Amino acid sequence: MRRMAGLRAALSLIGVAIVVLGGCTPSASEREILRFWAMGREGEVIAQLLPEFERKNPGIRVEVQQLPWTAAHEKLLTGFAGDALPDLCQLGNTWIPEFAALDALAPLDKLAASSKIVSAQDYFPGIWDTNVVAGGLRGIPWYVDTRVLFYRTDLLKQAGFDHAPRSWDEWKRALAAVKDKAGPSRFGILLPLNEFEPLLALGLQQPDPLLRDGGRYGGFASPGFRRALEFYAYMFRQGWTPTTGNAAISNVWSEFGRGFFAFYISGPWNIEEFKRRLPPERQGDWMTAPLPGPDGPGASTAGGSSLVIFRSSKHTQAAWRLIEYLSEPAAQIRFHQLTGDLPPRRTAWRDGHLADDVYAKAFLDQLERAKPAPKVPEWERIANAMQLMAEQVVSGHIGIDDATRELDREVDAILEKRRWMLARAKTP
Amino acid sequence: MKLSVIAWGFVAPAIIVIGTFFVLPVFTGLALSLTDFDIYALANLRNLRFVGLDNYLRLLRTPLFWQALGNTFYFVVVGVPLSIGLSLGSALLLHARVARFKPFFRTALFAPVVTTLVAVAVVWRYLFQTRYGMVNYALAHIGIDPIDWLGNPHLAMPTIILLAAWKNFGYNMVIFLANLQAIPEDVYEAARIDGASSFQQLLYVTLPMLKPTLLLVGILTTAGYFQLFAEPYVMTQGGPLRSTVSVLYFMYEEGFKWWNFGTASTVAVLLFGLILAVTWGFMRITKDEVNA
Repeated sequence: MRRMAGLRAALSLIGVAIVVLGGCTPSASEREILRFWAMGREGEVIAQLLPEFERKNPGIRVEVQQLPWTAAHEKLLTGFAGDALPDLCQLGNTWIPEFAALDALAPLDKLAASSKIVSAQDYFPGIWDTNVVAGGLRGIPWYVDTRVLFYRTDLLKQAGFDHAPRSWDEWKRALAAVKDKAGPSRFGILLPLNEFEPLLALGLQQPDPLLRDGGRYGGFASPGFRRALEFYAYMFRQGWTPTTGNAAISNVWSEFGRGFFAFYISGPWNIEEFKRRLPPERQGDWMTAPLPGPDGPGASTAGGSSLVIFRSSKHTQAAWRLIEYLSEPAAQIRFHQLTGDLPPRRTAWRDGHLADDVYAKAFLDQLERAKPAPKVPEWERIANAMQLMAEQVVSGHIGIDDATRELDREVDAILEKRRWMLARAKTP
Repeated sequence: MKLSVIAWGFVAPAIIVIGTFFVLPVFTGLALSLTDFDIYALANLRNLRFVGLDNYLRLLRTPLFWQALGNTFYFVVVGVPLSIGLSLGSALLLHARVARFKPFFRTALFAPVVTTLVAVAVVWRYLFQTRYGMVNYALAHIGIDPIDWLGNPHLAMPTIILLAAWKNFGYNMVIFLANLQAIPEDVYEAARIDGASSFQQLLYVTLPMLKPTLLLVGILTTAGYFQLFAEPYVMTQGGPLRSTVSVLYFMYEEGFKWWNFGTASTVAVLLFGLILAVTWGFMRITKDEVNA
């Protein structure tokens, strides 16, 4: 009973507070409430950016809900099925085609075209493109992620190279020389067999698309992808890379520090990790470089997260205002300071502290050549099938010809439903 | 008439609960396996196709499904006898008259059963780590080169079997132990008077007396081992080269990774049929033996 009385007192106090505060700011009922879902680390720090937004837009209040990345996909789909999606959301840009297929995303073309803040030309083209599905803009890039080369400068120098390789030929020579110096128990490069991104990046460097005919059929038997797969398998055949999954590498950072491998293909989060986890005496011995291509600097993956507005939202204008606020270069620079996530706009790179970051330079260069993966909802499954086939090739179970043909067969089967849907859409 | 109405009233709550949470889901699953329910169908039910037995036919032509089936059989055929053998062996040791510190060993051997699998898996991954693992460290002392336990497609499944047997044998051991203690001492006495050696006592007294328990434990363990999932999920994620993908793991990927609930339900139905058939076969064989 005592507690009840206390509760009642507290409630009436809050009531008084609302009445008093109601005089100077719009009361809670008048303020528009935006529900915003954000994932992982971004979900944690976004709260620090919001007070300024709410001060500038007194009529809007943002309610952030944090989702762990591992549960996000499922939660979004359940939210869709149960008609309980928020107004806006952070969405991994490889998920955009899927949610576009569900017709869950509001089109943003008009809003972006008339915006003074979001200007498409300022964004890296490959990243912007991941948000364009079937000709319509469905999201605004929030931060970007691409894969570059992390390498040990000292090991490369020992092998007789004073700069990172720029083309495949140079890369091959460097790998052979590093391996030569390293002996049988050390390697040139780490290519974890359970990650599809390195092979995907090599595939994206080719002129041939990975899926043919508007994403209806697999294009893995093309000369381009075969070249990429051959190069990938060649690195294993030459003994330049250990044939292990991540299970056998207990700790990538310490192995890199010990010189177990000299090259590693990875993303922006590892800049901070290497700074933090490599011993101080190793800090001068590593650098990042754009990914080498078949002839000269090549393309790489275009990942990251975008901000999307769900079609079910009744607060499109307010949500768009929040997207604009978060897209301002100043907000993006601050966001990078908080998270280490790389901004998708060139202005944010030019004006902020990023301009002086030696490790980030390779990413800036690479982002100009980032290339989206095929934008079909089935892509993640296809990439998985691709990597499994590559694992077969590497282990010598199947040749390149058979592997690419078999892979196309598998991918065609995965895309069967998509073909049926597209055919039906044409003849209603 | 009135009486039966009252009777139905009494059983109604149970029937409703069982109907809602058991019968209905089972039939929904069965129905789902005849459709191609997926992410597109989630968007709009117009995108749902009734495909009849196509899922089943397609699955039977999918190499990975057969590989998963093969892996699961491998796991069951090697894992079940190994696990039961370990249980029986340790139960006999603990039951032996000369054994010391029985409560301590009983607890120690039962401990893996109650330990969280995820924690166990982390430790095992370290033990079997190629370069720094204790297992390879120990092997190095007797001159054996490092072995890539979890990265070699021929060794990953045996490692998983070892883990599962170690993790589970304590449970059956306790059941065996209880039954060993229930065998009357006079039977052994009679055997000894007839001049049976201790090995003969084991063969002609202990094992026949344990037969019903062995059957029960065999069926439960087999049914459980067919549902292999957590071990590969935490240890290898199905790799390397899909050598540790079990039927259930395959189903998980189809359903919750790729959202093909039609195919996933088909796998579930097939696995259900398989376990049913094996269990039925088990009981049939032992029944014949009893009658003979």
